This record gives sequence, C-alpha cells and structure tokens, in this order.
Amino acid sequence: MGNMTQFPDRSKVAPDAERLKDYTWPEDPHHVPEWIYTDEYIAELEQQRIFQGRTWNYAGLEVEVPEVGSFIRSYLGSMPIIVVRDEEGVIRAFENRCAHRGAEFCRSYRGKAESFTCPYHQWNYGLDGSLQSVPFRRGVKGKGGMPKDFDMGANSLRRLNVTTRNGAIFVSAHDDMEPFEDYLGPQMLEQFDTAMDGRPLRLLGVHRNILEGNWKLYQENLKDTYHATLLHTYLTTFGLFVASNETFVITDEAGRHSATCNRRPEGRPENDETTAEIGSFHSAMQLEDPSVLNIVKESDSPWTSNALTIWPNMILIRQTNIFSARQIVPMGPDKFMLIWASYGYADDDEAMQEHRLKQNNIFGPGGFIGIDDNEVIKFVSDGALRGSERDGVIPLGKDDEPDDTVITDRALRGMYAWYRKEMGL
Amino acid sequence: MNIAEMEPPVSVISTLPVDERLRLTFLVEEFNSLYAEVLDAGRIADWPDFFTEDGVYRLLARDNAEAGLPLSLMYCNGRGMLKDRAYAIENTEMFGPRYSKHQVTNTRILGLEGNILSARSNYVIFETHVDEPTRILQVGSYHDRFALDGETLLLKERCALYDTVCVPVSVVFPP
Ligand SMILES: [Fe+2]
Repeated sequence: MGNMTQFPDRSKVAPDAERLKDYTWPEDPHHVPEWIYTDEYIAELEQQRIFQGRTWNYAGLEVEVPEVGSFIRSYLGSMPIIVVRDEEGVIRAFENRCAHRGAEFCRSYRGKAESFTCPYHQWNYGLDGSLQSVPFRRGVKGKGGMPKDFDMGANSLRRLNVTTRNGAIFVSAHDDMEPFEDYLGPQMLEQFDTAMDGRPLRLLGVHRNILEGNWKLYQENLKDTYHATLLHTYLTTFGLFVASNETFVITDEAGRHSATCNRRPEGRPENDETTAEIGSFHSAMQLEDPSVLNIVKESDSPWTSNALTIWPNMILIRQTNIFSARQIVPMGPDKFMLIWASYGYADDDEAMQEHRLKQNNIFGPGGFIGIDDNEVIKFVSDGALRGSERDGVIPLGKDDEPDDTVITDRALRGMYAWYRKEMGL
Repeated sequence: MNIAEMEPPVSVISTLPVDERLRLTFLVEEFNSLYAEVLDAGRIADWPDFFTEDGVYRLLARDNAEAGLPLSLMYCNGRGMLKDRAYAIENTEMFGPRYSKHQVTNTRILGLEGNILSARSNYVIFETHVDEPTRILQVGSYHDRFALDGETLLLKERCALYDTVCVPVSVVFPP
C-alpha cells in the first residue's frame, strides 16, 4: 500500500483570507447566518475542511459488498468514490476517477468485478486500486508508448482510509485519523451499538433521493427534536413520538454528533396533555392495520427509538423495528442526495422481514414522516434562496439543562459551534 | 413477485385470441385511465377501492428490484394498509400543494389464468408545484395482476417499478 496514491490533504489549503472576511458569524449563539445554506464558496470550503478534513464519513454497509470483488458507488462529501472488497476480504475505497484522464469510470450502483477498467484507454486497476496494466505501454513497433520512467505505483487510484464498525463502513481522506470509537466518544458509541449491534445485517434495499436544500438542513432536522413532536402528525397521532414521552438528547463532547432516544408508551396518547398543544393531532383515528406499528422485542434497549447524527454525513436510525443508515451527499449549496440503506438482521425469519418491510412505510422519500421532512427542508431552502437576508434562530432550551427534554435546540447549537471551528468562521 | 416475473421476455405475445386480447386490453386501459383520474384529482380516499380486499401495492426502485432487494418506497399488503396510506396522505402528512398527471401507455395483456389477468403498462407522472415549471416525478412500469369479474377489474397486485431511481424530493401520492 505504501506507494499507492493517497488522497491529497486539502483540509489545510489556506482559504482566501480576504474572501473569508466577507462572512461574519453573528455574535448571538442563538443565531445561524443564512449564507451557510446558499453560498458557493462556503460549500466548496466545506468539501475541503469538513468532508476531506479530519472526519470519518459514512460510505455504505459491509453487507452491500459481501464478497470478494463486490463494489458500490459511493461518495466522500460530493466526490464519487468506489467501495470494494478486495481479494483478502479487506474493504477498500478509492476516488472514482481514472488516474489517466480523470474519467469517473464506475457507472453502476453496485456490482461485482475482478478488476476495474476505465473504458477510455483501458487502464486497468486491481481491487486494491493499484494500476495493473496500461495498453501499448511500450508503444507499437518501437514507437510511441509510455515514457520509460512511467511509475505504475504512482498512478494508482486515489486511496482513502477505511474503517468499519459493526457493519458500517467509514472513509477518511486522512491516514492518521483517530479510531472511529474515539471519534464518536463513549456515549455516542453506546448509541451506535444499539442501532447496529454487530450481528450480521441483511440489506433490505436502498432509497436514493435528491433533496432541495443545503445538506446541513438534514443534520439540523435530525438534531431538531422540537419539530418531531409538531411536524410529524403521524408520530403523534399513533403515539410513536410525543413530547411527554420519556426521552433524552445527548451530544458528544465536541458537539458534532448527537443522539435522541425515546420510549414509546403502550397504547395511544389520548390523555396526553401535550397533544392539546399540537394543532394537527387526530385523536379519533385508529389504524386499519395496527399490526404494522407493533414492537417486536429484539434487544435489551429500554428505548423504542434512537436517532443518531454522526458528523458530517451519517444519520443512523432505529425506530421500533426499522433500522436505516442514511448517507448525506452534498450537491452544491442548495441540493443534496440521500443514500438511504434499510436493513434487518441476517437471522430474521420471513415474518420478521415482512414486518420490517411494512414498517418501513414510515421512512424514505415516500414515507409517512419522510415526506414531511423532505418537503419542509425545501420550504426552508426556498426561504433562504428567495427571501430577504436574515439569521435563523435556534433559541429553545438551555445548553446546561438536563438532557431529558426534546423541546430544545441544544444539539443544533452544539453542531454549529463545532462547524465554525472546522470552517475557521 | 421477483424481477423475472415482472419483466417477462418482451418477444412473447399472449396466446389468447386477438378479440379477447383487444377486449381485455381495453378493460385494463379503461381501468388505468380511471385510476389515473382519481389520483390526479387528489381523491386519495378512493384509491384503496381499486384493489381487492387482499390487494397488494408495491412501489419499487428498479435498481433494488434488479438486485433482488425487497425494500419498497411504498408497500401496502391488504385493504387495511391501503386505507392507512390514504388516511396518512389526507390527514397526517405535510407537503406542498401539487398537480399531477399520469400518462399510462404500452398496455399489454400477458395472460389470463382462471379469473386472474396479468398485464403490464408503462407510466409517466408529471408533477407541477406552485410557481415552478412542470417536471417528471417518475417514469416506470406497472406489473399487474387483476381479478376479473365479468367486465370488472380489481387489482390483486400492482408493482410499480420506477426507473427514476433518484427520487426528486418526495413521492406523496402513490404512482
Ligand atoms: Fe423529522
């Protein structure tokens, strides 16, 4: 591996100091400036300083690359990459660009390969990303061909650092990253292990979704526990998430990751005082097929839902018997893709798999609550793109109060404190 | 239902007599036109009535289906789940107002076994949001099994398989 082309360190590329002076972050920690959602330069800087900076980026599930040669297209930030299992069974990740003319050569969502060949000039790469052969290297009849000193080793695919945890794959542009476990911290790690407990997974499928908004709005959405009790009428109507439920919101020490845990009460929230404040609560409604929301006990966790945000690009969700890992892929300042893998466990019987598939109606771009979030993110984005300039406000809750309330913006403030540090803003 | 059943060889024409194919194709086309009208009018509460009591509706991304992955964008097994989906759209989901138009074409009868009629069609859904130009929401194909009773059809199973794998924002109404 020593001579393989490591990804260049762009995280310390000095930004144009004059240019950054145009951006003034508001003094009030309850304010978030709106240019972070719309500005091209900020979006570019985020690629360098965050996604290609000192972060572990979620890139897929091990179950998506089950065998030698299995690969998926994925992303590090906005940059297309390939994640593949090599001959030794080790998971590798490379930029999806030929070392020759830079073509993005892998065009399939997933597949199985013995090696990768760029179709343009048939440069061929092994599963470890090393350049294996170059056609007409010695030319034809002694003429043409590659220079004598052409170094095959220096023309491999650009390699990324890879780590895994319980079946999830993370990549980094840096080789000297701290272990993923330290990156998460002990409390977040415990949450992570609840949502992905180390048993072999079974992939149910992948939703791919283009959202209209800045990628950070999705991180915000999952850290914004206040909205879950108000926007998502389905959750409140059927008792999945109600403000008075037993709950807590934690962040790691840096403030960049967060987890929201919630315990769903038995039955429906008919007599819950908090539903009186929710204008959209439908108390008369019962599901025609309530079995869909049954909790099949499958772990010792006291919580019925755990929603994790892992900086910078992963959302990991356990809700009742739904498990999903979402990858956020920025596509410029006002658009992003979600690659949304839903999974169960390999030892699920047919009935359990069917139960998970039915329950998955809640999430995704056609989901009972997935639709709410996707739509409202577009509303916020349209406001930022078309409206007059203003700061967003995130005033709810206190930073030093106990973590057992969801009516708080604490996790958002934590994220933006960290964001400013990474961005130098 | 797996992908091989959904995507039968295109070269095989049903062996039913041509008059019968014509009649059945007309019934399916008429059914699909009504289905499209109801959804395009936003009458989602009427949508479950297009299905039998044990009717199944699946909305599948083509890349998942081709990889044998069962996850659906929407999945209703039985009238109860169909009604719950309709209720959620009408009452609990939050989404911006939109117009939609289904175009259903290329309808072909695959076969008739007992009273179960198999057919496939292609669909395109155009969607128009406030102050925005019309865009394509989905391009896909319907893979259907109908219960045929005289001249009346009800869906026992509709698999909507969409090519538009990268879903733009959200799919609110079932294609
Ligand atoms: Fe939400």
